[in-house]
Amino acid sequence: MELAQLSPRRIFHRMTAGIDSTLLTLSICLAALGIATLFSASYENPGRVSAQLANLSVALAAMWLVAQIPPQTLMRFAVPAYLLGLALLVGVALAGEVVNGARRWLHIGVTRFQPSEMMKLALPMMLAWYFHKNEETLRMRNFAAAALLLALPVLLIARQPDLGTAVLVAAVGCYVIFFAGIGWKVIASLGVLGLAALFPLWGMLHDYQRRRILTLIDPTQDPLGAGYHTIQSTIAVGSGGITGKGWLHGTQTHLEFIPERHTDFIFAVFSEEFGLIGNLLLMTLYLLLIARGLMIAANAATFFARLLAAAVTLMFFTYAFVNMGMVAGILPVVGVPLPFISYGGSALLTLFIGIGILMSVHSHRRLVQT
Amino acid sequence: MRLAELRNHEREVYVFQLRVGVAGVVVLVAFALLFARFFQLQVVQHDTYASKAEDNRISIVPIAPNRGLILDRNGVVLARNYSAYTLEIFPAKVKDLERTIQELGEVVEVQAKDRSRFRKLHAETRNAESLPIRTRLTDSEVARFAANRYRFPGVEIKARLFRQYPYGDLASHVIGYIGRINTKDQERLTELDVEANYRGTDFIGKTGLEASYQQELHGTTGMEQVEIDAAGRGIRTLARTPAQAGNNLTLTLDIKLQEVAETAFGDRRGALVAIEPATGGVLAFLSKPGFDPNLFVDGIDPQSWAELNNSPDRPLNNRAIAGIYPPGSTFKPFMAMAALELGKRNFKSAIHDPGYFEFGGRRFRDSKPGGNGYVDLYKSIVVSSDTFYYQVANDLGIDAIAGFMSKFGFGAKSGIDLEGESIGVLPSPEWKQKRFSKPEQKKWYAGETISIGIGQGYNAYTPIQIAVALATLAAGGDMYRPRLVDHIDNLRTGERRNIDPVLQQRIPLKPENVEFVKRAMAGVNKEGTGARAFGNAGYTNGGKTGTAQVIGMKQGEKYDEKKVAERHRDHSLFIVFAPLESPKIALMVIVENGGFGARAAAPVARTVLDYYLLGKLPERVLKPGAAAEEADEID
Repeated sequence: MELAQLSPRRIFHRMTAGIDSTLLTLSICLAALGIATLFSASYENPGRVSAQLANLSVALAAMWLVAQIPPQTLMRFAVPAYLLGLALLVGVALAGEVVNGARRWLHIGVTRFQPSEMMKLALPMMLAWYFHKNEETLRMRNFAAAALLLALPVLLIARQPDLGTAVLVAAVGCYVIFFAGIGWKVIASLGVLGLAALFPLWGMLHDYQRRRILTLIDPTQDPLGAGYHTIQSTIAVGSGGITGKGWLHGTQTHLEFIPERHTDFIFAVFSEEFGLIGNLLLMTLYLLLIARGLMIAANAATFFARLLAAAVTLMFFTYAFVNMGMVAGILPVVGVPLPFISYGGSALLTLFIGIGILMSVHSHRRLVQT
Repeated sequence: MRLAELRNHEREVYVFQLRVGVAGVVVLVAFALLFARFFQLQVVQHDTYASKAEDNRISIVPIAPNRGLILDRNGVVLARNYSAYTLEIFPAKVKDLERTIQELGEVVEVQAKDRSRFRKLHAETRNAESLPIRTRLTDSEVARFAANRYRFPGVEIKARLFRQYPYGDLASHVIGYIGRINTKDQERLTELDVEANYRGTDFIGKTGLEASYQQELHGTTGMEQVEIDAAGRGIRTLARTPAQAGNNLTLTLDIKLQEVAETAFGDRRGALVAIEPATGGVLAFLSKPGFDPNLFVDGIDPQSWAELNNSPDRPLNNRAIAGIYPPGSTFKPFMAMAALELGKRNFKSAIHDPGYFEFGGRRFRDSKPGGNGYVDLYKSIVVSSDTFYYQVANDLGIDAIAGFMSKFGFGAKSGIDLEGESIGVLPSPEWKQKRFSKPEQKKWYAGETISIGIGQGYNAYTPIQIAVALATLAAGGDMYRPRLVDHIDNLRTGERRNIDPVLQQRIPLKPENVEFVKRAMAGVNKEGTGARAFGNAGYTNGGKTGTAQVIGMKQGEKYDEKKVAERHRDHSLFIVFAPLESPKIALMVIVENGGFGARAAAPVARTVLDYYLLGKLPERVLKPGAAAEEADEID
């Protein structure tokens, strides 16, 4: 009996206890497509691919680790993570490293990292924790307080400036507030207010941010400047046609017409080489992932778990939609990676931790239901 | 309490699940929107974007063909190509042209004339991609620029072929020159619908054979399809159609003969045309002063241009085909032919010459005061009797003269293979009717016919017309179209196209009449006005001197060369052919303001004929090829 308990099979069982095979399969499939596309985007140079494979293994390990942690324990990390994230954002504002005109990076020991990335998960955790604590007595003022908790990091990120991440973090926070049950009337009136606020907000935008929005409306206005990205990525997508030009055969990609083809514009590479069929496959994978995430959220045991799971799931959706929309020329160019596909360690880490959270919520759906 | 809590919890889950449902719908709608966009891009507009991607990817680079060479009849190269480095500015890519040129001056030498030439080119050629600021860079200049290249975006070094004329101004009016294609040339190319073949070509023939044989010399432009990356760098060649070099022209002209002629001609103004009577091939063709065609190749600098253009000697005028002169007494052999052919005179016809011809109360003077006494037809040519031909003209009448002379090509384009030929004036009542507007001027007066007989009056012909008429007479009436090109070689196929002699017409002249006039012309050079120049020639020949008045003399006024301004002095003309039997060469020479024909023009003709027929070089003529050796040193 003792021996049987220690058999490799038992160990495997124990190891994979918290892992949801559907989520794992879908995210691995996406990551595999990402690696293949990255290989093409880096002109068959294996260096970047192996770096991304290393990132992927780190991210999977983190996913596995998070999946083992019950949501109750996760909840305990919410406040410290949020406060730490906030502190780091302040640190960035004071002593961050400037890359490409934006102060986003913070040096920690040998490596540097973007605290805004951490906020993508810390903020929904914090908000979910807050709503969970006040579950019985949710009032308007709770939502106001949540809005404040949301506004602090978002403004700090927007100031860096990093509009893309700020919008994403704000969106994820808003998802939590939405799922927490804020009234439809409030949503509607906020929506009207938001529209009204667009005008003063426009004045607050940086020049390059305005240009990006303007060139979205008419990319040909600035074909060699801000419009170049959109024009070239649209050509890449359109020239891909139904079946695509074939893996490693995208001319837009391989002749360097697509800027940032490893990261934010990797979808242009994918779409050029795999065409509409590839796009459909990719969208299907995302839809299945989102469906699975929403299902897990719907069946989650606690308010915290529900809110967090739903918000993280919609975060995947937002990433995917904004990125593909940007490459296809219907959304402004903002720095949003394509989830599981774009090159970059920290984004991948965040995404797989998100998957880990969903897994944790899923495997602990019945534990506290008494 | 517990129940309420439970109900509250259920309600909360219900609200949550409802919102998850809403979120699901939003996700589906958003993805449907994306799909619609993908469908639009990848299916509906696929063709547009596919061609845009191809346009991105493929650049078609024209390969300019090498221009054909021009060679003389013995294969001596008169126009060739050589490779040199130029420093070129792409005006569209340079923000501040003046500053860039200023800064370039710190790296390579940029002279004031380079700047002004660049400005001129920039103004003339609007669509040019790149324009040279400096040509013929030295190796060290190339190296210096290469090291500083990063400072000059929009400036590049190009290796390209340049046209070079090794003989400089020798035969410059025959060869002509090439220059940059300007807006006007561009329009003409569009009209001819050959624009496509000129993509990548910057130069075009402007004058001379370079212009008239432009299509032959140009060749066929090749194309290279190059795959380029976003930075415009060529990645690989996808397809290539090589350029086909232009055809080589081999001329009938003998450059050595040309050199002898030009040297003998010296710095005077005028023209000389030598033709092979049996073929129409032009052996020598000069218009003085000439110019150095090499000046035009890179775009002429405004200073040199102004010098050439404003010179009172008008060096850019091709006098041999565009200058019109009264033929003077060189007209008399043709008048004699007319009189014989039309039956107004015979071999024995003679007059007593008192030194003038009186008509309508006016005295037409002979150039010899007191006259030549007894003058028959033979003597009329040998001594160049004016009185004799005043009468001949009067007896023939203007209509007969005009009708006869038109057969010899007077007053019509000779059809030589050069552009810009003048037609001259063959006087006739019809011509006068058209030429003048006032009714009293339109009328032809019988008195006007008299001086036509001695090649004066309204007579005005181009040197090429006179030379062709002479060649026709020498060939017994066979008129060949004058031509400079003997054959055209296609180097790629090895095919040779001969430009066959074109017999324009065969004037039905009585051989005995031709014989008589030729014999009289031989007499000119033996015992007459040409005797001094053509004594002991060593070959049989026939000639005629001519002196053409530049200003009219009032009645009773005496022409005194010393008192007349240099440019108002008479033109000196001479026509000659040799040998008498089956002539090999017919030559016409005019020295502007050279005075009496025998003095200035005839010795030039003698020198040319001596070289052509005997290979004899006069002492003061340099050995042939000297000019070319000099030119070689430039290269």
